[in-house]
Amino acid sequence: MNTNSNTYTIVYATVVVIIVAVLLALVSQVLGPRQQANIQLDQQKQILGALKQDISNCDDPAALYFSLVKDTLDVNGHPVYVAEIEGATKYVLKLKGAGLWGGIGGYLALDDDKNTIYGANFNHESETPGLGALIVELPFRQQFEGKHIRNAEGQVVSVAVLKAGTMAEGQEQVDALSGATITSTGVNDMLQTNLAEYAEFLNDLPAAEPEAEEANEENQTSNQTEE
Amino acid sequence: MALSQKTKETLLGPLNANNPVVVQVLGICSALAVTVQLKPALVMGVAVTIIVAMSNVIISLLRNTIPMRIRIIVQLVVVAALVTLVSEVLKAFAYDVAMQLSVYIGLIITNCILMGRLEAFAMTNKVWDSFLDGLGNGLGYAAILIIVAFFRELFGAGTLLGFRIIPESWYVANGGFYENCGMMMMPAMALIIVGGIIWAHRAINKEEK
Repeated sequence: MNTNSNTYTIVYATVVVIIVAVLLALVSQVLGPRQQANIQLDQQKQILGALKQDISNCDDPAALYFSLVKDTLDVNGHPVYVAEIEGATKYVLKLKGAGLWGGIGGYLALDDDKNTIYGANFNHESETPGLGALIVELPFRQQFEGKHIRNAEGQVVSVAVLKAGTMAEGQEQVDALSGATITSTGVNDMLQTNLAEYAEFLNDLPAAEPEAEEANEENQTSNQTEE
Repeated sequence: MALSQKTKETLLGPLNANNPVVVQVLGICSALAVTVQLKPALVMGVAVTIIVAMSNVIISLLRNTIPMRIRIIVQLVVVAALVTLVSEVLKAFAYDVAMQLSVYIGLIITNCILMGRLEAFAMTNKVWDSFLDGLGNGLGYAAILIIVAFFRELFGAGTLLGFRIIPESWYVANGGFYENCGMMMMPAMALIIVGGIIWAHRAINKEEK
């Protein structure tokens, strides 16, 4: 047979592509549910990480997840996971941003004042091992615990990720990773933009918020002096 | 198992005298990307070995039917299908590993060693020989990756496979005298190490001749 004729070439290409397409579609269909389950479990594990749960020795992270996370709210398409830990309510916000080589993401757990960070967890697609990839490690994540995402006036200003030795103005800060400037900046920007997207949820504070009242009173007094 | 002279050459040649990385200088791009630490280098080496061997076998089986004008496209389709298959299976059964290696697995498609072996060997050789050739070239590639990653992780982070080799107390931060070489973490350093390996390799082989 003449394997160089046009007809043969076209038929051959078509057959090869159809076989490969059917094969891959089949594999994707068969493995799909398993992959979805893995993705969901991974997400639950990350939320547990943000809630400072040690799951390294946990046999059934999914059960632990459902025992802690009570509800999922939707804020303009962004999820808020409402968890209860030792009687206190925690809100877990989902973060998404860009690192050096690919996407980065994470979860930020806040106390019920929607200000104090309870815990943080980060993930990445393809940051450099040993440099940017260190954002997933505890030493970097633990820096965020106890920081406040609001400034003294109660506005949401996020937490800055800055080179050690430099000072942020008007917001609290954590140390960036040395040798991973772009990934660190990515985390900084990710926090900033994602918290802005959650503004509606974060600014929906209970009416009897003492800090907010103080701020208002201060404003009023300054107004009166002007008058 | 007794191997004939030719079989031995096909399998073991790529490990030294005909190494794909240091002699043919193929697959350099991924050698830069995955050698910051030893573990991704190891897994990448294994994955490439499996995929080169399997695609060599498939192309060798099809070699008499492939139309010459679209042979490169057919090779690419086979390689891409295999890589996608491996990545899907990893995502289903070893999710953590898949997440760590996602980009690297995808990068295998663009690895020049694959196309090089398919075009230069599998298109004109029998199935068993092609399998051995793929195995040999994959291992030859893995060997270089591991050597480069060994130096980069040891001097760049003071660890090997994540275990600390250089004691914490040696570091300047803890009152010692030692500091990690930040240059080792940069992709450029991988090229310099590969260059060093090529130099040593040529020097030794020259003496043998």
